[in-house]
Amino acid sequence: MIPLGYFTFLSAFLFCTGVYGALTRRNVIGILISIELILNAVNINLVAFNKYLGTPDSLGQVFALFVIAIAAAASVVGLVLIISIYRNAKTLFTDGIHLMKE
Amino acid sequence: MHIAHLIPLFPFLAFLINIFAGRRLKKASAWVAIAASTLSFLFSLKVFQDFKAGAGSYDLGTWLVLAGKPLSFGIIVDPLTIMMLFIVSFIGTFILIYSMGYMHDDPRFSRYFAYMSLFMSSMLGLVLADNFVLLLIFWEGVGLCSYLLIAFWHERPSAQAAGLKAFVTTRIGDTGFLIGMLLLFFTCGTFHFSDLRSLTGPEPVLTIAAILIFMGAVGKSAQFPLHVWLPDAMEGPTSVSALIHAATMVAAGVYLVARCFPLFVAHPIALQTVGVIGGISALLAASMAVVNNDIKRVLAYSTISQLGLMMLGLGVGGLSAGTFHLMTHAFFKALLFLCAGSVIHSVGIQDIQKMGGLFSKMKITGTAFCIGTLALAGVYPFAGFWSKDEILLAAYSQHHPFLLVVAFLTSLLTAFYMGRLILLVLFGSPRSEMHAHESPLSMTVPLMVLSAFAFGAGFWGAPIKTAAVEGQGAHLIMGISTLVSLSGLGAAYLIYIRRLNLLPISVLSSLEGLKQLLVRKYYFDEIYDYLFVQPCLRLARAAFDVDFNIVDGLVNFVGFATQWCSGFVRRSQTGFIQNYLLIQVFGLVVLIVWLLKI
Repeated sequence: MIPLGYFTFLSAFLFCTGVYGALTRRNVIGILISIELILNAVNINLVAFNKYLGTPDSLGQVFALFVIAIAAAASVVGLVLIISIYRNAKTLFTDGIHLMKE
Repeated sequence: MHIAHLIPLFPFLAFLINIFAGRRLKKASAWVAIAASTLSFLFSLKVFQDFKAGAGSYDLGTWLVLAGKPLSFGIIVDPLTIMMLFIVSFIGTFILIYSMGYMHDDPRFSRYFAYMSLFMSSMLGLVLADNFVLLLIFWEGVGLCSYLLIAFWHERPSAQAAGLKAFVTTRIGDTGFLIGMLLLFFTCGTFHFSDLRSLTGPEPVLTIAAILIFMGAVGKSAQFPLHVWLPDAMEGPTSVSALIHAATMVAAGVYLVARCFPLFVAHPIALQTVGVIGGISALLAASMAVVNNDIKRVLAYSTISQLGLMMLGLGVGGLSAGTFHLMTHAFFKALLFLCAGSVIHSVGIQDIQKMGGLFSKMKITGTAFCIGTLALAGVYPFAGFWSKDEILLAAYSQHHPFLLVVAFLTSLLTAFYMGRLILLVLFGSPRSEMHAHESPLSMTVPLMVLSAFAFGAGFWGAPIKTAAVEGQGAHLIMGISTLVSLSGLGAAYLIYIRRLNLLPISVLSSLEGLKQLLVRKYYFDEIYDYLFVQPCLRLARAAFDVDFNIVDGLVNFVGFATQWCSGFVRRSQTGFIQNYLLIQVFGLVVLIVWLLKI
């Protein structure tokens, strides 16, 4: 059986990669992908801990499924926003989008 | 039945209609005003009839309670008030009819009639008030209308300035009036005119109160030293000058003194002040009229002079003489102004040196002008002769030799400058290109009616009879007065028509300095400007500087300081979403570290 540490390490690695990507990517689609990575890191944690802690009714796995579903919905919304931003600003790079600063 | 208090309401209603619906009424607004003033006139006649049948003053109920004393809303009905009601409503009606022609193409036609109605309403209220407080309200009302009508053509800066000058100058007098009336109230505890006969109080205080009340009359009646506003008031339409600045409002000062006459009689120093100020004004203004070349300003100076003569008459104790002259003067001076208006309407200029020979082209106006002139000059048997004679006789019989001489000199100058005026305007040969034509019927009919009164008003005799002042010198005074008037007119004829030099050249050249003094109006405007206007403006500028630099500066500093501080804080808001995310992550890490106590 693969030790828990492997999973948590993978999860932490994915999370940090996601955060790093979200902070540094200039492309809005890149940021969206990075956020998906963060969500998946959480999913790995949920499934792994569910197995190792022996939680009844596979609660962690169900929760992970919820997260996947909602993440899909979130992506849809995010992509719609991206399209609308692109139509207005004619760019997908964050340093070109600064409506909140005069 | 008491109906006197309804008289001012008709013009007030006309004012309301014209001010709110004037645009829609257009030319009909004139008829509204004329109808209202005709109604006022008919009611005045009814009041006169009732008065003869024994009706008198009455109260409409208690209005205010001041310092524990009730102040009634009283209406006074006596010969003086009835005379004033008659003058205001009768002359007012005809001047409104005249205005229809005179103002016919004015863009603010209905506004003009609204203001005129408001003026008539205030003036009629003024003469009906039976106490100082009520009188003061209407007193300020006529002042306001005077201001509005002087500055009626407010596109002209000179008209604006004249309106302001009139308002501020009269306000100086009004301040004295207000103080005087309050002084009277706190000494004797009454505002009612009927109590003036039986006042008890310290002599000097009452004398001061009387003189302060007289100050109000000085301002309103444009007497020396507050006379400077009236000549400038000629910036307004000529019909306004006729009604407000000749016949009625300026006579309100004389009316006030006549109304408070018992107070003045009881305090000889105050009465003497009235006479002396009147005498100075009469002579001063008459001398300025001699050299003026503006047809309306000559008449304005003449008005000051004649009002001065009325004050002089009152000041020597001739209540009936002063008020009689007030009545006749109202007719013939209104007539003269309307004639001047008719001339200006026809030829479009006001400089009498450029006119001449207009009589042949304007027969009706010319005849009326001559009648007005003879009445003002005091030629027998025109109206002015009788009333002026009463004033002279009062001065003679009450032993005021100095004031008598002043009155005679004024009469001489009056006859001379009026002779000069009509000879330069109506006779001789035209001195410039003019296309004169007779004015429309709406203007000439009032001229005819007023001419009749300027001729005949003297035969009624004084409306207010006091103890007869018939003396030994009655016929002597009449003779001298006629002689003086005729010699004044004759001198004008010789100088301005025959072009004779009555005086040797050397004397004339030495008079050049005097003439300059008269042309510059004794430098009154310059002196007042230096003494009062400029310091006032300097004070205003200093106050502005304080307000602009210190008060506004403080407010601006608060705003500036806030802006300056926010300059630092706003740098944290970059507008880039990733910066915010970074701070968020950083905050999360700090939170975790802190919570886990690592």
